[in-house]
Amino acid sequence: MLQVANVSFAYEKHLVLSDVSFDLAPGGLLGILGPNGSGKTTLLRLLGGLLRPSAGQILLDGRDLGSITKAGLAKRMAMVPQETYLAFDYSVLEVALMGRYPHLRTFEVEGPEDVEVARAALAETGTANLEQRSFMTLSGGEKQRVVIASALAQFGRRATDTGRRPVEALLLDEPTASLDLGYQLDIASTIRRLNNDRSTAIVISTHDLNFAASVCEQVVLLRQGCILAAGPIHEILRPDTVKDLYNVDAVVEHHAKAGHLTIVPLARRAIDTPYGHNE
Amino acid sequence: MATMNNEPTGFTKRPSRRLSASATKAPLVPSADRRWSLRRRLTVALGGFGGLAIITLIVAPLVGPTPITLARVFDTSVPFTENVDAQIFFIARLPRALAGILVGASLAVAGVVFQALLRNPLATPFTLGVSAGASLGAMLVITLGLPVAMVGIPAVPIASLLGSLGAASVVYTMATLRHRGLSTTVLLLAGVTLNSFFSAIIMFVQYSSDFAQTFQTVRWLMGNLDVGGFQPILAALPLLGIAFVMFGTLPRALNLLTLGSDSAAARGVDILRVQRVAFLSASLATGAAVSLSGPIGFIGIVIPHLIRLVVGADHRIVMPASACLGAAFLVACDVAARSVMAPLELPVGVITALTGGPFFLWLLVRQR
Repeated sequence: MLQVANVSFAYEKHLVLSDVSFDLAPGGLLGILGPNGSGKTTLLRLLGGLLRPSAGQILLDGRDLGSITKAGLAKRMAMVPQETYLAFDYSVLEVALMGRYPHLRTFEVEGPEDVEVARAALAETGTANLEQRSFMTLSGGEKQRVVIASALAQFGRRATDTGRRPVEALLLDEPTASLDLGYQLDIASTIRRLNNDRSTAIVISTHDLNFAASVCEQVVLLRQGCILAAGPIHEILRPDTVKDLYNVDAVVEHHAKAGHLTIVPLARRAIDTPYGHNE
Repeated sequence: MATMNNEPTGFTKRPSRRLSASATKAPLVPSADRRWSLRRRLTVALGGFGGLAIITLIVAPLVGPTPITLARVFDTSVPFTENVDAQIFFIARLPRALAGILVGASLAVAGVVFQALLRNPLATPFTLGVSAGASLGAMLVITLGLPVAMVGIPAVPIASLLGSLGAASVVYTMATLRHRGLSTTVLLLAGVTLNSFFSAIIMFVQYSSDFAQTFQTVRWLMGNLDVGGFQPILAALPLLGIAFVMFGTLPRALNLLTLGSDSAAARGVDILRVQRVAFLSASLATGAAVSLSGPIGFIGIVIPHLIRLVVGADHRIVMPASACLGAAFLVACDVAARSVMAPLELPVGVITALTGGPFFLWLLVRQR
């Protein structure tokens, strides 16, 4: 559904992404992996239509993102930032209802249907019982799931309800970066459930290889704005690619109990890094 | 509600929802029907705070050195030209109360909008240099002794309006010049810098001007609602009208700006347009209000926070409720300002800060 074709992007004169191409299938679950500063967040913002590529194209079902209205795009593509800080305090339901913005006209007030969609989204992320709580009093993991619910509310009803093919995509930027182990597992299961039950296509940017291994089917490895490798995770994630990506020696093996690849970092490689760091 | 419900998952946790509702400070949404609830909350807020504003507007002109009564003011058996009470009410005192309503409402809503635009609860209508620009304009006219009136309107309000709009355009240009979109950080820093810069010029000119002019400027800087008639109000009304129409398009987008501009943009908000409209409308309202009364502090920061403590953060309620309470509060403070030490008149800004400050502090302490 989403095609990234030869996309480059530069802030001012600083090239952040160069010649990036990959596809996201409907209902796909893609991880964008890379070290800090490799351009993951910029790529995600490009996918969300918040930035325009300096060169190349991003197509949503064959249409250039730039040719789709902001509201039209928001109904199909939602973004969840790494952390959400509210300048003023809203209730959880109010935050979820903010996802209904693209469905309402300027002076329109949310109707029962919008409340229903927002509540269903909260239920899908396991936060329905928090509905009346003030957002600021939630824990990090709860906040993250409420923000995911708010993003889901942008799509409307579950695609399966209408019997049509699901065409929605959720973009998650470092969803577990500031969460402890327990909440990381919560988020991972929420992501898998959304992908399985709703067939929501999901793109996750992360530097946490184990987290990515636990949820992603496909991965794109990003290093210094260029694609290092892309494909199914069990083919792509190998000791040599990890070394190329992070300059770290690591053991990569399938963990029988976890049911997915696990990566155990062993040692940082010597100073001759491809990044030019002097450490 | 059950009629619309083909997705039972969202409704199964109803009892626990009630439980958590009792343990929270967030504004309640008592029914599943949000539309009803928002309308109801809006009606209650507007009924309460709007009623308060109307009551102060009617009561304020009754207070003064010459006692008058409402009964005699609206006694239709006496023609207006012979009805002294009606003349005092409508001609001598009503303009002042009306000015209070307009200025109070404008500054309160401008405060809400600037706080949402900058995502900073400490922002006030005067943060971005609008009032410093107005003060500079007013002071230059007073000190240079420019003509008292142009096309029937006194020169001081015109100069202060031009000063505020000039300051606003400098700040806006700074914030958009070398940025993708509008940088609220630059907006804030440029505003604060401009405030100091203009204050320095004001101080310099004050230092080198004579006593009478300095006194006049200082008086203007203290703020005063004695506008002298309906003329200045009518002159400010079109500007305030435009600002309030623009305010009307903002509330839901400002709610989303609270999430941060990326999240808001991802939900379909046209960030640049909203920021532009917010900045222009709030600057225009502030500029027009300050040209009417001089800079009256405190309302633009305390009223929005007070309202949020009472009605929650939804701008669709916060904005109209702040307008009403700001209006009522300023008119009430003005009544106090002219009666506490009558016949001596206190600057109304003194009263707004002296009464509102401790009350607000008490509210803050009580909430935590």
